[in-house]
Amino acid sequence: MYDFTYDKPGSLADAVKLLSDDMDAKALAGGQTFIPVLKQRLNRPSRVVDLAKLGLSGITVSGDKVTIGAMTTHATIASSAEIKAKIPGLQHQASLIGDEAVRHRGTMGGSLANNDPAACYPSAVLALGGTIKTDRRSIPADEFFQGMFTTALEQGEIITSIELPIPEKSAYEKFRNPASRYAIVGVFVAKFPSGVRLAITGAGQGGVFRHTEFEKALSANFSPDAIAGIKTPADGLNSDIHASAEYRAHLVNVVARRAVAKAG
Amino acid sequence: MPQVTLTVNGRQHTVDVEGRTLLVELLREKLGLTGTHVGCDTSQCGACVVHVNGESVKSCTMLALQADGDSVTTIEGLAAADGTLHPMQEMFREHHALQCGFCTPGMVMTAIDLVNAHPSGLTEKEIREGLEGNLCRCTGYHNIVKAIAAAHPLMHAKAAE
Repeated sequence: MYDFTYDKPGSLADAVKLLSDDMDAKALAGGQTFIPVLKQRLNRPSRVVDLAKLGLSGITVSGDKVTIGAMTTHATIASSAEIKAKIPGLQHQASLIGDEAVRHRGTMGGSLANNDPAACYPSAVLALGGTIKTDRRSIPADEFFQGMFTTALEQGEIITSIELPIPEKSAYEKFRNPASRYAIVGVFVAKFPSGVRLAITGAGQGGVFRHTEFEKALSANFSPDAIAGIKTPADGLNSDIHASAEYRAHLVNVVARRAVAKAG
Repeated sequence: MPQVTLTVNGRQHTVDVEGRTLLVELLREKLGLTGTHVGCDTSQCGACVVHVNGESVKSCTMLALQADGDSVTTIEGLAAADGTLHPMQEMFREHHALQCGFCTPGMVMTAIDLVNAHPSGLTEKEIREGLEGNLCRCTGYHNIVKAIAAAHPLMHAKAAE
């Protein structure tokens, strides 16, 4: 790992300033992806700005939404009785990320800002139609994810919290890589009175995406059978040593049906 | 050079580190606590697991400076001053839960956190899932699972005293 200047600012304004003043500065959340990236010398920041002392963790439920602080860890989300009651799919999803020690450090905001195409959370936030709150604005999930490792965030912009509408039903199912535990295909389904939203992670070359054909069929009939006959084209899906695009296209259907069955 | 102040096994230390110094490097190279191992160095194998403020953490994937003000427990901090082993260590010995021993410090630290987090009991499935982030390449987990199951009542009986 190349060396860098480390800062742990105590205010959001100071953190934004440190990150905005230096184009080569990077924000550090839980570090469970970022530190391995630094070790591999895939990134060489001049300055690392630790967001740990900004008071950005915690879960609040009010009315029809759940708000999760950006620095809330996967372990906190996975063990939250409130999340389990309101958005069971998200609680289950968090419990499947990495392993216990990784979940003690990794954060929801860090995962979203990185937008790894095989990360779990982007599927929940997109399927739930959440809002990403930053130091300067609110970004709807439909605009936030802009392709592999790419988001709507500007230089120096820090996610402060994630606001998620509470659905009637939700579930996440993941066909995971047994070594990395990342999703080869992960499907998050959320049923609202206004209709069903379903997002797929791990499969798309452009990162997380909504499957509008599945959504339409499930909005009319919320059952696994409703989507059993819908084929997903392999075009635009990832092909790598873990799974071919054709296999992922097949898995999208299988895993989506499992998610719908699980949502009940 | 930046400084980090942290408590390790009950003793406070202030150490000069670089920004890039990992917590495991601080423990092993600066404090001489070589019981914490580095296996894969990619946060997969769990040989480097220590407790930070009571929670299991992969110390190869945390910067030393992130631990400023924290309380860290390593394998060296488990046994009593008179050498009496921690119940988890004792059960690992009793059940022959190690062979080469390389993964053992991380296994023990993960296992203690797992048992602490489940005061009302642990099923075999929960133990096996709880060990997801720790790899053993020789004994094959079976006796490790047995040791953890055996340590559970001992640890919670001790906590109730």
